[in-house]
Formats: sequence, C-alpha cells, structure tokens
Amino acid sequence: MSERIIEFRDALREAMSQEMRRDPRVFLLGEEVAEYDGAYKVSRGMLEEFGPRRIIDTPISESGFAGLAIGAAMLGLRPIVEFMSWSFSLVAADPILNNAPKMLYMSGGQFGCPIVIRGNDGAGGQLGSTHSWCVEGMFSNVPGLKMAIPAFPDDAKGMLATAIRDDDPVFFLESERLLAMKGHVPEGDYYVPFGKAVVRRPGTDVTLVSFGRPVHFCLDAAEELAKEGISCEVIDGRTIRPLDIDTIVKSVKKTNGCVVVDQSWSFGSPGSEVAAQVHAHCFDDLDNHVMRVHSADVPSPYAANLEQEYLPNARRIAEAVRSALYVA
Amino acid sequence: MSSVTDPAPPATTGGRPLAERTSATPKQLQEWLRQMLLIREFEIRTMQAYQDKKIGGFCHIYIGQEAVAVGCTAAVQHADPIITAYRDHGHALARGMDPKYCMAEMFGRIGGCAKGKGGSMHMFDKPNNLFGGHGIVGAQTPLGTGLAFAKKYQDEVIEGGVNKHVTLCFLGDGALNQGGFYEAMNLASLFDIPVIFVVENNGYSMGTSIERGTSMSHRIIAKGEGCGLAGYEIEGMDVITVYEEMKKVADIARAESRPAMVDLRTYRFKGHSMSDPRKYRTRDEEEQWESGDPITRLRDAMIGGGLIDEEGFKDLNKAQKIAVREAITWAENSPEPDASELYTDVYVEKFGPYIGTSMPQIVTDAEGSR
Repeated sequence: MSERIIEFRDALREAMSQEMRRDPRVFLLGEEVAEYDGAYKVSRGMLEEFGPRRIIDTPISESGFAGLAIGAAMLGLRPIVEFMSWSFSLVAADPILNNAPKMLYMSGGQFGCPIVIRGNDGAGGQLGSTHSWCVEGMFSNVPGLKMAIPAFPDDAKGMLATAIRDDDPVFFLESERLLAMKGHVPEGDYYVPFGKAVVRRPGTDVTLVSFGRPVHFCLDAAEELAKEGISCEVIDGRTIRPLDIDTIVKSVKKTNGCVVVDQSWSFGSPGSEVAAQVHAHCFDDLDNHVMRVHSADVPSPYAANLEQEYLPNARRIAEAVRSALYVA
Repeated sequence: MSSVTDPAPPATTGGRPLAERTSATPKQLQEWLRQMLLIREFEIRTMQAYQDKKIGGFCHIYIGQEAVAVGCTAAVQHADPIITAYRDHGHALARGMDPKYCMAEMFGRIGGCAKGKGGSMHMFDKPNNLFGGHGIVGAQTPLGTGLAFAKKYQDEVIEGGVNKHVTLCFLGDGALNQGGFYEAMNLASLFDIPVIFVVENNGYSMGTSIERGTSMSHRIIAKGEGCGLAGYEIEGMDVITVYEEMKKVADIARAESRPAMVDLRTYRFKGHSMSDPRKYRTRDEEEQWESGDPITRLRDAMIGGGLIDEEGFKDLNKAQKIAVREAITWAENSPEPDASELYTDVYVEKFGPYIGTSMPQIVTDAEGSR
C-alpha cells in the first residue's frame, strides 16, 4: 500500500476540515484564517468550503475573540481558536487561563468548555524574545486544561482531531519550524489518543524524553551518539496534560538513565515536572540523577548563532547524555 | 437626563396612572414586587450570615439596584442568556434561581448552585440560562458576546433560520475601563452579535467615583457609539421604567441582530463589599438616593393604582422573609462537599486523580421536576 505523504500543515487542516464536516458546531476563528488563507497557510481553502460563518476572520483582538469563543463553548459550540502565535496569547491570559480551564469547576459541573486553542509555539525563526514564547512552561501549570504538542505530521492530524472531539479545553502547540515537514498521514478518520507517549527510537543505555519539535533534536542527538556506541531510547510524550508517566517509567527502569529535553525554560517547567516524577518512580533504578536540557534561561535572542545556542539543540543533548552516563 | 450623582427622583413622582406608564399586567407588577422584596430580604440575611462568618470570601450586596436585575430580566425571554459580574445574587434570584441554592453556595455546601466551589461571586444556573457570576472585572463581556454569538450561530448556521435570541451582559461602571470590554464591543459590532451590554452604573467602582476613573463619565454610551453600538440612557431606580425601556432595546437588538449599550443609572445602598466603610461618599448623597428606593416606588405606584394595599404588601413581604428563612435552613442542613469533590469537575474526562464531572442539585432537581 502506497504511503500518502503530506505536510504537517496539511495534516492540521485535514483534521479541522474532517471534524467540521462531521459536526456543524465546530468553527474556526482567528487572525487571517479566512481570506488570507492563514498566516502560515494552515487553513488554506477552508473559507471556500465552509464559508465565512464558520471560518471567521477576526481583528487583532486576542482577548476579545478568545473570550468570545469561550462563551460560545459554554453554550455547546466547539470553537477552534487560532493564535497566529502563542506569544500573542499573553494578552488573552484572563480568558484562556481564568475562564476556559476553570469554568467546569467554578460552575460545579454545569458549564464545560470544549474549545481548542492552537497556534505556533517556540523559538527558531529569529523572531526575538516577544515572538518566541514556549508557553508550555507557564500554561501547563494550570489544572483544567489539556496540552498537546505534536512532533510529526500523522500526530498533527490525529491529535488535533482528538482535541476537537475532546470535551475539555485543549491547548494545542504547533511549531512553525515543523509546518513544512512531510510525512505519511492516514486518510479518513484518524485519532491519536491523549496521554499515550510513543517510543520514537528504541535504545538501551538512556531514555530521552521530549515533547514537540525538540523530539527531533533528540533523534539527531541519538543518531550522533550511536556512532559513539551509546544507545538512546527516545520517547515522544505527545501530551503534557495528561502526562503519560507510565511509558517513561517503563523505559527508565530498562535503561537506568534519563535526560529530559524541553524547549521551555527550566524553572517550573514540564521538564522539571517529568524529572521530579521520574525521580519519585525510579529512585532505585537510576544510575545518575535525571539530567535536563532546556532553552537557555534567558530571553530568546535574535542573532542566528545565539538562537541556535539558546535552543535545546542536539549538541547540548548529547553532552547531557554523556554526562548522565559518566562518559568523559 | 440627570447626572449620576444627582438624587434619584422622589418616590411620589410616578405622575401618570400605572396603566398609562406600563404595558405590564397586574400579575407581572406583583411578581416584580415579589422579586425585589425577595432580593432585599435575601441580601439583608446574607449580610447577617457574613457577619456571623457563615459566608466567607468576598461578598457584594445588591441592595438598591433591585429594579435593574428584575426589570431587565423581565424584558427578555427565559431562553435568552444572561451573564453578569460578581454582584450577582440579584440576577440569580431574578432569573429564577431558588434562593436555597444561592445561599448554600455562599455557605460552601454541596447543595450550592456550584456545589460550593464558586462562592458569592460565581452564581451559575443552567436550567435558568444564567452563565455566571464572574469575579474578574469585565471578564464577562467577551464571554457574553460569545453566548450571543453561539445563540445566533445555533439559530442561523445550525438550524438554518434567523436569529431569535438576545443576550444580556451586565457589567458595572468599573468595567468601562477594562480593555476586554472594548474588544467585546468591537467584535459584537463587526459580527452583528445581538448582545446588550447593560452597565449598572452605580457611580462607583469600589471607592473610585466614576468621575475619577472614567473619561466621558457624563455620557458613557459614547464609548459604545465609538464601536457603532446603539446607546441608551435609562433611569434605573424604577422597575417599570427599566422594563419598558429595556424591552424596546431588547426587541430592537433581537430583530436587527445588533449589539447595544445601556447606561442604567442606579445606586448601591451598601458598600462595594462587606468590608467597605464607604468613606468616599457622603451620608447626604446616600440618603438622597435611598429616598428613591425602587421597592418603595413600585409599592406606592401599585397602591396608587389599586393593585395592592398595605396589608397585601405586608403579606407579600412576610412571604419573602419566610422563603429566605427556609433557604437558610436548607443551606445549613446541606452537607459540606465531600473531600473527593476537590477532584471532580476539573475535567470532563476521568484520568489521573480526576474523577470526572456530575451535575449539581440545581440541575438534577430541575430535570426531576420536568
């Protein structure tokens, strides 16, 4: 059977379009999503198929349209909000953090918020600090939301479709640097369940755990380390909330080593959470403490070389692995 | 149009006979009087319970503004969504919430409308289409725009018909200075969303008078007009005026599917919250407004119109006192939430420590009585 190869951005669009055909309550709104075909062409052609009542161009007004979508979700619609960048979500902090994830709780179960908020997350495009946010560190702190970070085109489709069908609010973090990535994506209905990590590369010496784009940095590092005779098992966590700690623990109990790679800052982050949980579950199995590789603890720089050094790149990961394994 | 800090018109200037002033039936008038008396009594007892430490947190009293919630709610249909800020007990009761769920919520009991998880500022009533109770100033304005958007979407995109609904989004004059409100008005106008932003203009955001905190305070509807919203200034201490004027506003918004902004001039007789000594305003000013008490005005108008007598009024008031007393007893007898409730209603889905969600008694009771 021949594989169907499409881009990451096409996979995202396919998930949205299929769910919109299935469910009239689903609609997409955001800046430039309709007539402009999306700032990154994720929603290309959707206006033609679904019309302006369901593919809705908004003004630059994140707090307003995010709040509008949350209100609509309270009444049972299933909005998809596109933030051109998660960096812009900061001006919508109150609706997305105070309303969406807390509505079910504060109303004692009366009003849920089945919304998907999606957009570009992370540095890598030389955009400087204000446009390069990795929000997973800040936002994953909040109970009531789910957080999904796909690293491959098939997951982009399957996880976004799952997000749209989910009854809870989902923060869906995409990397602009991955949108042109090509891969096999199943046609038709395709759903990837949340809370199920996947082993991207089996190995025996150390477990690398990551989410989103840095999964690729881990795979690059693993390739390089294999030449040195070091065998890395690379786990793609896929979702941060829920976190599939079981798959991670199973791997660490086998390898007896763990390096967590997270593109958000180190202080109070998914990386620190995973490290803490691994320490708790695998205390007697670890040959060394869990090592962590994050974006450098500084604002994201503009200069190309500084930005590359800032990211949790393959070189820094390889260094951490050697250190974890006491390889000089 | 009088300025906000001018005294309210005295109670006796109803002027024209009732039948000329309103299309409301005697039964409707009686119901409004009952609701205002219920809210008044409920709030008096709420203050007592707060002082007795049966209620915690922040607590904002609605006394003085009863004509607003009652008149506005009467001017729309039950299926029309309502959303408001944190001074929300009056809206909940006017919308039809049984006072027992409202009181139990403040007592932190499982029988509360939100199982005791929301408190005074977060009253939700799904069977009565009340979408909160929101604690952050202005936060409810984009949400209210979304409720109206959703109703229109359901009517037109899903059902294929025309918009049949209008949403009331209440806010205080303090919310006039929050950015989200302007974003909400702009979006509502751009997208032809039938939401009415009802500013309960009581002249003060906490201790800051509207003149000190809001530009164009003498004509706040200019802010809505800047976004293309129809603006209305309505005297808010007389429930008949509120009803008659709001009905026109709501009918237009519904028929034309357009947003509107209403400046409803009112006054809170008590402080901003229970801890407010009210040093920022004079006793003289308070007394002038109190002389225009909305309950007294409707009572006098109804007595003048022969719709009720002193005895009937006393009986009606007594019935509300009994209803509130029963609500308090019910709330006191409602158990505290089980510790397991800490982990319910966080997510719909069950995973990890989260054990799913279930509807509170306010919903299951309504379903059972259907």
